[in-house]
Amino acid sequence: MSEVAVAEKVKEKSEPLFSKKNKALISNPLDDDNPITVQVLGICSALAITVQLKQAIVMSVSVMFVLAAGNVIVSLMRNMIPNRIRIIVQLVIIAALVILVDQVLKAYVYDVSKALSVFVGLIITNCIIMGRLEAFALGNKPWPAFLDGIGNALAYGGILVIVSFFRELLGSGKLWGYPVLGQKVGALLSDGTLATEATGLYALGYVDNGLMILPPMALITVGAIIWVQRARNTKLIEA
Amino acid sequence: MEYINIFVKAIFIENMIFAYFLGMCSYLAVSKTVKTGVGLGAAVIFVLGFTVPVNYLLENYVLKEGALSWLGPQFATMDLSFLSFIMFIAIIASMVQLVEMVVEKFAPALYSSLGIFLPLIAVNCAILGGALFMQERQYSNIGEATVFGLGSGVGWFLAIVAIAAIREKIRYSSVPGPLRGLGITFIITGLMGIAFMSFMGIEL
Repeated sequence: MSEVAVAEKVKEKSEPLFSKKNKALISNPLDDDNPITVQVLGICSALAITVQLKQAIVMSVSVMFVLAAGNVIVSLMRNMIPNRIRIIVQLVIIAALVILVDQVLKAYVYDVSKALSVFVGLIITNCIIMGRLEAFALGNKPWPAFLDGIGNALAYGGILVIVSFFRELLGSGKLWGYPVLGQKVGALLSDGTLATEATGLYALGYVDNGLMILPPMALITVGAIIWVQRARNTKLIEA
Repeated sequence: MEYINIFVKAIFIENMIFAYFLGMCSYLAVSKTVKTGVGLGAAVIFVLGFTVPVNYLLENYVLKEGALSWLGPQFATMDLSFLSFIMFIAIIASMVQLVEMVVEKFAPALYSSLGIFLPLIAVNCAILGGALFMQERQYSNIGEATVFGLGSGVGWFLAIVAIAAIREKIRYSSVPGPLRGLGITFIITGLMGIAFMSFMGIEL
């Protein structure tokens, strides 16, 4: 967690909006500096809501909004916040943004908001947000801070989508709620009747792996992602 | 009996780490040795046992719809529950500060062993998670809320001590390079989660 604390400072005043340095702010988190698999931030909520692709994407969009907006606000206020009470100030800013997100979710996607239950509130203590505010927004201008927020949220969302893709596909044979591997016996069809014979892979005797839906498999899937990533990018291997 | 049921459920079946992944960040960061694991675990039990009942009072006498009716009939339809996140986190942050000062004053020995871990806890998801689960599950009195808080804390303690002990031993095995450190910890936690699932369905 702490190696990011010594954040890269962006100094030049008149550099183009998408200079090389600024692009790196978005691309670095995607691999070398991934918030989940390298910085170990934001695991808490990342795992619990990856049973379905839809929930994972709603969650990533919420986190992206909170992280980008929080980064910009803290970065604008960075010279005004007294050092000793900065944690409380940051918590209040984050909590206000999360309340906004929660109310919007309740108004427009109520079923997803119910399924996410306490995890929307837990964005407040999602370490990824505190971590980026502390490590980056407090020492940088609003625009780089905004890009850093977007980059880290994209990387976080990327891992969520990969994990939930495998969990939903292998666990319930669906993607975004649609059965992609064929119809099971007893599944509810679009005309309201129950399917009487299996189609697709299920006709060949394929069975869903029920274990993938259960919480522990999220951890093992992330473990596997870390394995693949570090095997490809050997400089990340721990001694 | 109801209390024992909630307690056991909070420890084993609805374990904060293995069932809900709450407090994973500090769980992964501080579990390198058993000693620090025990310290942080004890601090979590302490803070959860303290903040859940306080937040329960806040929820039932200030935030819930109609909770303000003790102020007078004109407040009876007030619903402040949209403020609960900000109130809970404020209570937790100030409680942690308060607990830290009280412990320092009256139990210096405990303070020196918990010391550095207490401030870490304000942003531990398990604490806010405990408050939010308490709100969602609607416990019927403050006793149940306290027992739930303590049980969740004990469950978290158990998990971090277990993984710390395993990590101390696994240092002497030859784990494949890319999996070393973080990767293997994730997979072991997953396997422990599967083991804990065997408690499912226990009713007391």
